[in-house]
Amino acid sequence: MNIGQFLSIFISAVFIYNVILSRFLGLCSFIAISKETKPALAMSLAVMFVTTMSSVITWFIYRFLLVPFNLTYLRTISFILVIAAFVQFVEMVIRKISPPMYRFFGIYLPLITVNCAVLGVAVLNVDMFFVNGKAVAGSFWYSAFQGICVGLGYTLAMLLMSGIRERLELCEVPEAVKDFPWALLSRQ
Amino acid sequence: MKRFVQEFTKGIIKENPTFVLVLGLCPTLAVSVSVINGIGMGIAASFVLLGSNIIIALIKNFIPERIRIPCYIVVIATFVTITELMMKAYSPALDRALGIYVPLIVVNCIVLGRAEAYASKHSVRYSLSDALGMGVGFTLALILISAIREFLGSGKLLGQVIFKGFEPASVFAMPSGALLVIGLLLGFFNLIKMRKK
Repeated sequence: MNIGQFLSIFISAVFIYNVILSRFLGLCSFIAISKETKPALAMSLAVMFVTTMSSVITWFIYRFLLVPFNLTYLRTISFILVIAAFVQFVEMVIRKISPPMYRFFGIYLPLITVNCAVLGVAVLNVDMFFVNGKAVAGSFWYSAFQGICVGLGYTLAMLLMSGIRERLELCEVPEAVKDFPWALLSRQ
Repeated sequence: MKRFVQEFTKGIIKENPTFVLVLGLCPTLAVSVSVINGIGMGIAASFVLLGSNIIIALIKNFIPERIRIPCYIVVIATFVTITELMMKAYSPALDRALGIYVPLIVVNCIVLGRAEAYASKHSVRYSLSDALGMGVGFTLALILISAIREFLGSGKLLGQVIFKGFEPASVFAMPSGALLVIGLLLGFFNLIKMRKK
């Protein structure tokens, strides 16, 4: 475990291989919610929380369940189930303990379950920090950190995009490219 | 039989998953760098779609309403795992090129969308033709996008040089090229739809 590795994870996850702008993960929610800055920020925070937590949870599952029992081919199926269950659980907890926060985040949480960024970061962690089925030294911290950085990258892209789109609302756009295609085009 | 054909053809043009329903954009944007990748992704997703649609249409009466989505996800994930292992065994080069986008077929909205919107309500026969149509539509869309990107971005098609001395615009091989091509194509198809009305 060293600082340089953390720095390189940070730079690559936030800037070089940004989840949205370069890896194209989590586009549906990105396009749907980036019309205004405030909901965009709320969604980004929710995504950051879920990517971090799912990195941690899937690391434990992979390291202590799938690798020892030689079940690594069940990676996809177990990760998606755990992530779906986790998001559902978070939704229930938030609804119980803080209704205002539920109103703020709640509608975005179901969207996150099928957000490919979340499953993407879990699969990516396994690809990067497990060599031949063995965990690299410090891989737990790398995985968790990569989860945070992917969330940060999502936030960055979301803020940029919602800022641009708020301004573009006032522009004249040809009828045919309105809304969705325009959202794609304006991301250059 | 007539309806069988109808369910098949609607996925190709009238309800094309990429250009009309605008589903499953993530893999479309990410893997459309070359035509080979596009075809590989299209076939992989079509296989998953076909398998999951058939199984879900078969077991739809046994799935309790409230937990149907997790049930669908398990079925889909099973087929994705089969695809992953087959691809690793028979074409490792394609597997490396597609990378994490193969396991991510699980969260491809086309597959879950068809399970929820179609296979859970219709018979096995029509679900099968629906899946085939959607799969072909998705593959054709991928081929169209990746052909444009590969040609403009590297001057090649399927790895063959088409024109000698063609200066490729490498932006089309980059992520921003994907957005540009898909945005313009979507606008183009919207325009056609509006003209028809």
